Amino acid sequence: MNVIKNVLCPFCGCCCDDLEVEVDSNRIVNVRNACALGRGKFLSLGEHRLLKPLVRVNGELVETDLDKAIEKTVEMIKDSSYPVFYGFGCTSCEAIKLCLEMADLSGGIADNISVVCHGPTILGLQDMGIPSATLGQVRHRADLIVYWGCNPVEAHPRHMLRYGPLSNGRFVAGRKNRKIVVVDVRRTSTAAMADVFIQVKPNSDFEVLTALRVLVNDLDLEIEEVGGVPVEKLEELADMMVNAKFGALFFGLGLTMSYGKEHNVEAAIALVRDLNKKTKFVMIPMRGHFNVTGANEVFTWQTGYPFCVDFSMGYPRYNPGETSAIDVMARGDCDLLFVVGADPCSHLPRYIVERLKNVKLIVLDPAITPTVKMADVAIPVAYVGIEADGTAYRMDGVPLRLKKIVDPPPGILSDVNVLNQILRRLK
Amino acid sequence: MFKSAQAVVELVKMILISGRSLEQGLGKEASKFSKRYIDATTICQIDPEDMRKLNINEGGNVRISSQYGSVVAKAVKSKYAPHPGVIFMAYGPWVNSLTSPETHGTGMPSFKGLEVEVEPVEVVERSQKEG
Amino acid sequence: MCGKILIKNGFVFDPMNGIDGEVMDIAVENGKIVEDVKGADVKVIDTTGMVVMPGGVDVHSHIAGSKVNSGRALRPEDHYRDYEPRKPGLRSGVGHTVPSTFVIGYRYARMGYTTVMEPATPMLKQRHTIEELNDIPIVDKASFPLVGDCWFVMEYLEKSMFKECAAYLAWLLKALKGYALKIVNPGGLESWGWGGNVRSIDDSIPNFNLTPREILRGLCKVNKMLNIPHPIHVHANRLGQPGNYKTLIETMDCVRDLYDGYKPIIYLTHCQFNSYAGESWIELTSGAPEVANYVNKHPHVVIDIGQVIFSNATTMTADGPFQFQLHLLTDYKWVNADVECETSAGIVPFRYKKRNYVHAIQWITGLELALMIKDPWRVFLTTDHPNAGPFTEYPRVVGWLISRKAREATMKKVNARALKRTMLDSIDREYSLYEIAIVTRAGTANILGLKSKGHLGVGVDADIAIYDFNPRIIDLSRDYKLVRKAFRRAKYTIKSGEIVCVNGEVVKSIEGSIFWVNPSISHDLEDAVVSDIRGRFRDYYTIEFDSYIIDESFLINSRPIQVKGGV
Repeated sequence: MNVIKNVLCPFCGCCCDDLEVEVDSNRIVNVRNACALGRGKFLSLGEHRLLKPLVRVNGELVETDLDKAIEKTVEMIKDSSYPVFYGFGCTSCEAIKLCLEMADLSGGIADNISVVCHGPTILGLQDMGIPSATLGQVRHRADLIVYWGCNPVEAHPRHMLRYGPLSNGRFVAGRKNRKIVVVDVRRTSTAAMADVFIQVKPNSDFEVLTALRVLVNDLDLEIEEVGGVPVEKLEELADMMVNAKFGALFFGLGLTMSYGKEHNVEAAIALVRDLNKKTKFVMIPMRGHFNVTGANEVFTWQTGYPFCVDFSMGYPRYNPGETSAIDVMARGDCDLLFVVGADPCSHLPRYIVERLKNVKLIVLDPAITPTVKMADVAIPVAYVGIEADGTAYRMDGVPLRLKKIVDPPPGILSDVNVLNQILRRLK
Repeated sequence: MFKSAQAVVELVKMILISGRSLEQGLGKEASKFSKRYIDATTICQIDPEDMRKLNINEGGNVRISSQYGSVVAKAVKSKYAPHPGVIFMAYGPWVNSLTSPETHGTGMPSFKGLEVEVEPVEVVERSQKEG
Repeated sequence: MCGKILIKNGFVFDPMNGIDGEVMDIAVENGKIVEDVKGADVKVIDTTGMVVMPGGVDVHSHIAGSKVNSGRALRPEDHYRDYEPRKPGLRSGVGHTVPSTFVIGYRYARMGYTTVMEPATPMLKQRHTIEELNDIPIVDKASFPLVGDCWFVMEYLEKSMFKECAAYLAWLLKALKGYALKIVNPGGLESWGWGGNVRSIDDSIPNFNLTPREILRGLCKVNKMLNIPHPIHVHANRLGQPGNYKTLIETMDCVRDLYDGYKPIIYLTHCQFNSYAGESWIELTSGAPEVANYVNKHPHVVIDIGQVIFSNATTMTADGPFQFQLHLLTDYKWVNADVECETSAGIVPFRYKKRNYVHAIQWITGLELALMIKDPWRVFLTTDHPNAGPFTEYPRVVGWLISRKAREATMKKVNARALKRTMLDSIDREYSLYEIAIVTRAGTANILGLKSKGHLGVGVDADIAIYDFNPRIIDLSRDYKLVRKAFRRAKYTIKSGEIVCVNGEVVKSIEGSIFWVNPSISHDLEDAVVSDIRGRFRDYYTIEFDSYIIDESFLINSRPIQVKGGV
């Protein structure tokens, strides 16, 4: 029996690195310090594990060996005229670099799942910048913490304890010295913990944020209610924000996915920017997966752009809406979809999934997912962060190291290994 | 206004939000074909007041329809009420029958704040071969 | 590995070895400079009528890490019109002020540069800096961790625990694979954690019993105690403020008594941004004469200029409060990125315009510094890339330094009022090629303590740049455009004995190395300090102690420099 400390949890963007994993004969038997989500991942390594490579023959998925699967993959990529390389939220930076090289070489599109997560945040910051910080700044200094359009109790369970209002900071010791504000369309479990809960009507965050900005700038609002929120409540919140010594806004997909998308985020950025004229205020996006931030980072330093990168002209081009994987798939423009570390057939609108019927689909995944079931080639790979190591980036851009805790089942390699083999044959 | 009889089944306009739920998060790491995941992603959470108005019992089925498709989901009382007119389903293949591929030039489809129509349907035994 | 090369008959400029344009042969074998090479397998490069110099060594250029990447992400508009297509053996990428990683390596190599220092890396995110440095091809690199406002450092210095501070920083350089100690706006970054700043080197720092002066002096002492090859690398307080030349001189002066006559003990970077006279923007003028006067009289100081280029730029520094002020002045988009317990960062796009009075003063200030400071071993050519301009414009700066005519051509177009209020127009000095070699390679390698770089003596790394112009025929002053063009596109660039660039085009991409400094100190002291830090780590950071450390295997081609620390 062996206890491995300082394990990075490969689930959400919190990237908690204080997990302790007990291993007995290559089996994980216990996990300490993890939340239910992280613990669940370590202890239930896939009820439906993909154990053998599969290729589609005459409409049916049949088992094959790795070499043949790789050969078929290389052949398909070489034959394609506009391949899309997609995913990367659940794998390491090392794997992402290899896929970018493949996309560069084959003149395709490289995109990552931030396009369906905080892509609008990226668009917002490209317009306006963003006043941000690492999570420890919030822990040590924040006396006001706002969660807007996110539900950390269910999606980032240890966030409030490690980085947020329940943490102990050097200058602010614990919950009683902080105020929590939650803004959402429903009274979630996170809202239940708030000192102030503001319920907004769906699709009205832009108006509410703008109204707050008006108030924070000491101008008058000549209406009674915005987005279902009485103006007195907004005045109260504006006062709390301006009078905070250090405020933090954590925001999630409630802003990026609702009507307005990047404009909602821009309104939030404008608000926090204006608050910096009066006090200290930062904002941090709640990234969903443990390395979607890393995908943005690697994409940016290697291509100049965080997502939606098109190599078809021989150099990186960027135009979300045109070069985003989603829009390319929706228009039926791509002829091959290569997926690593994602399950688009579960998570994308069905309209888009149906357009993949005539698209060659290659997927690398540890588990059998709906995407695997639709694939033309499916190659099993190790769970990154459990059976394979690598680098990942936390939601605030702090880079951390994923560990290999146990060996994958026999015959199953890391995605880095498989991708290297594919790349070698493509070159 | 037309006369409405008490027990008429109405097609009610609501706003659909898809998002994370703890159960869906736990389920997806177990497996996308696990009972846990399927249970988590085939339910929809409705404000109890709305359920009353719609004549739906806890565990009853509703058909939710959008411009892009429709799906039948099991209705449960939302613990996060009140949120009249708002219906929540966890991310997954089922709610994605309804979501919109329209990205408004951003690459981001429309997963939240969608206009849908909701109606109760006959309670039917769920097929064992679901998924 | 790599073979034999004979660079024949060129005009060699190798200031560290006192060679000023002599016609000489340079021999290369197995990646090093050797006495001679013989045999049929020698590649002979005929450099008759050409200039041969050591490969360029850039002492300060923001090329890698969290804020650089945020700058890239922030500015897709910077990249659209400037891109590099994929070629066989070369990756595609984009420019312009914040190029992607592959492009950085290629463009430096094209100018004959072979070593580049990333001068400001946040320690908590050091792994990110190393990942990007790993991805920059061809050139050798190193990074300077930001230590000035680190809580552990400030606590040690508060209590004058210099030995312990030294031990902590020795461990830090080793753990993070850092090269030198970087200080930015000391005290100002911690103040910015509350939205504030410091106004002088004797200002107080909230919650710490310490002044910026004490941080500077403490770290200067520690740097000397550890025998770190490069002096403390300092971005002074009050950057970008009218009248700040006084603070710059105070900063230089505050460690004067620590000088032991041996080598410079403080490096002040991008001094142009800190050399303004006048009490307001309207009265702004150059304070370079005063600063130059001080530097000329005081050998303990060494600087780089941070020369403005009239083009697009992206300002990015660890000076969070300054960057916010710049945003308020310009209304351009603004990224802020504080790092817990350590530092901050800010990014604001910018454009320097010739007709703008303030920008013209800035341009003048940088050149005045370079032309009024007499010792070329103590004033280096940088643009604080990408703050004052992109590194691809270094040849333009060379043009201004070697030719009064070049300066006149630009002076004709800049704001006339700025010229009238400053001295640049009256300066005739023109740099020689020998001096250019010092301020772009020999001097910079020397101040960095990179013994295997910056010169062409036997045994050093074969990093060589060959420029296609004849210094015996060309009048540098009159034909500056030709010289500039030659420096833009090296005739040949040789890196680690490999020909990587021919006629200004990259022909081979190789991996560079990452240098770092490993000061060895007493085991007992190190154990005691590390144990103390480890025990307190969770109270400070939101990551585990072990996550902070970067294994040497993470670096591509790790090149540690061992030094014997004196504690």
